[in-house]
Amino acid sequence: MTIGIRKVARPREMSFPESLYLVEIVKGLGVTMGHMLSNIVRQEGIKTIEYPEVRRRMPPRFRGKHRLMKRENGAPRCVACYCCPTACPAKCITIVAGESPDPGVEKYPVRFDIDMLRCVFCGLCVEACPVDAIRMDTGWFTPPDDTREKLIFTIDMLLEK
Amino acid sequence: MTGPLFEITVAVARIAVFFAFCFGLVVVMTWVERKGAAYIQDRRGPNRADILGIRAWGLFHPLADALKFLFKEDFIPDNAHRLFYQMAPMFSLAPAILAIAVVPFGPDVTVMGRRIALQIADLNVGILYLFAVSGMTVYGVVLAGWASGSKYPLLGGLRSSAQMLSYEVSMGLSLIGIFMVFESVRMSQIVAGQGGLLFGVLPKWGVFVQPLGFILFLVAQYAEANRTPFDLPEGESELVAGYHTEYASFKFSMFMMAEYLHMVVGAAVVATLFFGGWQVPYLGDAGFLFPGGAAVALPPALVLMLRIGAFVAKVIFFAWLYVWVRWTIPRFRYDQVMRLGWKVMLPLSLVNIFATGLIMLLLKR
Repeated sequence: MTIGIRKVARPREMSFPESLYLVEIVKGLGVTMGHMLSNIVRQEGIKTIEYPEVRRRMPPRFRGKHRLMKRENGAPRCVACYCCPTACPAKCITIVAGESPDPGVEKYPVRFDIDMLRCVFCGLCVEACPVDAIRMDTGWFTPPDDTREKLIFTIDMLLEK
Repeated sequence: MTGPLFEITVAVARIAVFFAFCFGLVVVMTWVERKGAAYIQDRRGPNRADILGIRAWGLFHPLADALKFLFKEDFIPDNAHRLFYQMAPMFSLAPAILAIAVVPFGPDVTVMGRRIALQIADLNVGILYLFAVSGMTVYGVVLAGWASGSKYPLLGGLRSSAQMLSYEVSMGLSLIGIFMVFESVRMSQIVAGQGGLLFGVLPKWGVFVQPLGFILFLVAQYAEANRTPFDLPEGESELVAGYHTEYASFKFSMFMMAEYLHMVVGAAVVATLFFGGWQVPYLGDAGFLFPGGAAVALPPALVLMLRIGAFVAKVIFFAWLYVWVRWTIPRFRYDQVMRLGWKVMLPLSLVNIFATGLIMLLLKR
C-alpha cells in the first residue's frame, strides 16, 4: 500500500470584521452570559454531582469495596484457606486462621484484615476464593478517612456490608 | 467644629468610606469570580462553607479563604532573596491602593456650609498621578519573579514586565483624546465635563466622544491588570502560577488582593473617564430634564443618592466585565500579545489622537 496524501481542511480565512475580534468577543460574551443566566434560573443544566449527599450509580461490574459473605447461620463463609492473600498482588490481606466451633467446618478466620491503603482493587481475591466468601460488589469505593488505622478494614467491618 | 479639625475629619471619613467600599468589593469579587466562573461553565461553584448551617450560596468562602491564608505557614524558599521576596507583595498591593485616591465617587456636597468633594484627593495632575502609580505595579510583579529564585516565577516576571510596559504606552496615548475633549487632566473636571449633552440627545460621556479611545483603553487596562486574555504572567499551563508560584499564606493573598483591587480600581477609572463617573444621563442638579422637554423635579438628597448609586453601579458592572471576559476569551499566545500591543494598539491610538485633533479643529472653525 502506497503512502497517500490526505487533504486536511484548512480553517477558512477570517473576514475583516472577524479579524477585528470585537464583534466576535461580544458574541462570545453573549454565549457565556446565556449559560450563566440559564444556570441561575434553572439548575438542570448543571452537571455537578454533589458528592457526599448524592452518589453516582456505579455499573454492576464495578469493583468496589470488599465485603465478606455469611453462611445461613450467620458465621463467615470464609474457610481461611489463604487463597486470597496468595493471589493478592498488593499483599493487603492478612488472615489468621482458627479452629471452627462448627463440627461441619474445619477452619474459620479469627482475623481477616484488608489494608485499603494498599489494595489496588484488581479483584484477584474474588476470583481466587473457592467458596465465594469475598465479593467486591458493594458499588462503592473507599471513602476518605482521618487516620491510616481506620482504613484497615477488619472482619467485623467487612461482614457488615 | 474648628477649621483644621473639620478638615481632618472629612479627609479621614472620605478615605475610610472609599477604602471600605473598594475592599468590600474586592472580597465580593473573589466570590463573584468563582461563582460566576462556575455558572458560566455549567458547574455549581463554592457552596460548602457554612456558618451554623447557613450556606448563603458560598458567600462565606472569602471569609474561609482569608482565615486559611492567615493561619498558613509563612514560608520563605531557600533560594529566595529574603528582603525582596518579602517586599514584592507590598509593592504589588500598595500602588493599587494609592490609585483609589483620585477617583471621584460623587459630586461636591455641602456640609455645614462648606463644599466637600467626594474624592480622596482632587489632584490637579489627576490622571498623570494615576499613570505614575499604576506604572509602579510592574515592580511588584518583577520583584516577585526575580526574588523567588525559581525559574517559573522569573519567566512570569519577565513576561509581565514586557507586557505591562508595552501596554502602558498605548494606555497613556488612548487617553490623550479624552484630555483634548474635556481640556483637563483633573478627574473631577473630566466628570463634570461629561454632564452635558451631545447633539442634544446623547449624554456627553467619554465613550460617545471617544469610542476608539474607550476600546483601546479597556484592552490596555486588561493587559495592565494581567487579566485574561492577557494573563500570560501567570499562565498556569506553562508557568505553574507565574510570578507568585513560590508564595503562600498571607503573602499570596496580598497578590490576590492586589489583582482584585486592580480590577476594582480599573473599573472605577473606566467608569469615571468614559461613562460619566457619577453622572446620570439627563439628571441635573434640580432633577431629570429629558431631551423632549419633559422634566421631573427631585429633591437634592435624592439626586445625590442617585449619582453615587450610578457610580457604584458602573463600577460593579465593569468589575463584573473583567470576570465575564475572563471566562469567555482564551489566553493569547505571547507573540500575539506583543503584536497586538505594538502593531495594532499603538498605531490606532496615534490615529485616534490625530482624528480627535482634526475634528476638534474643524468644529472650532
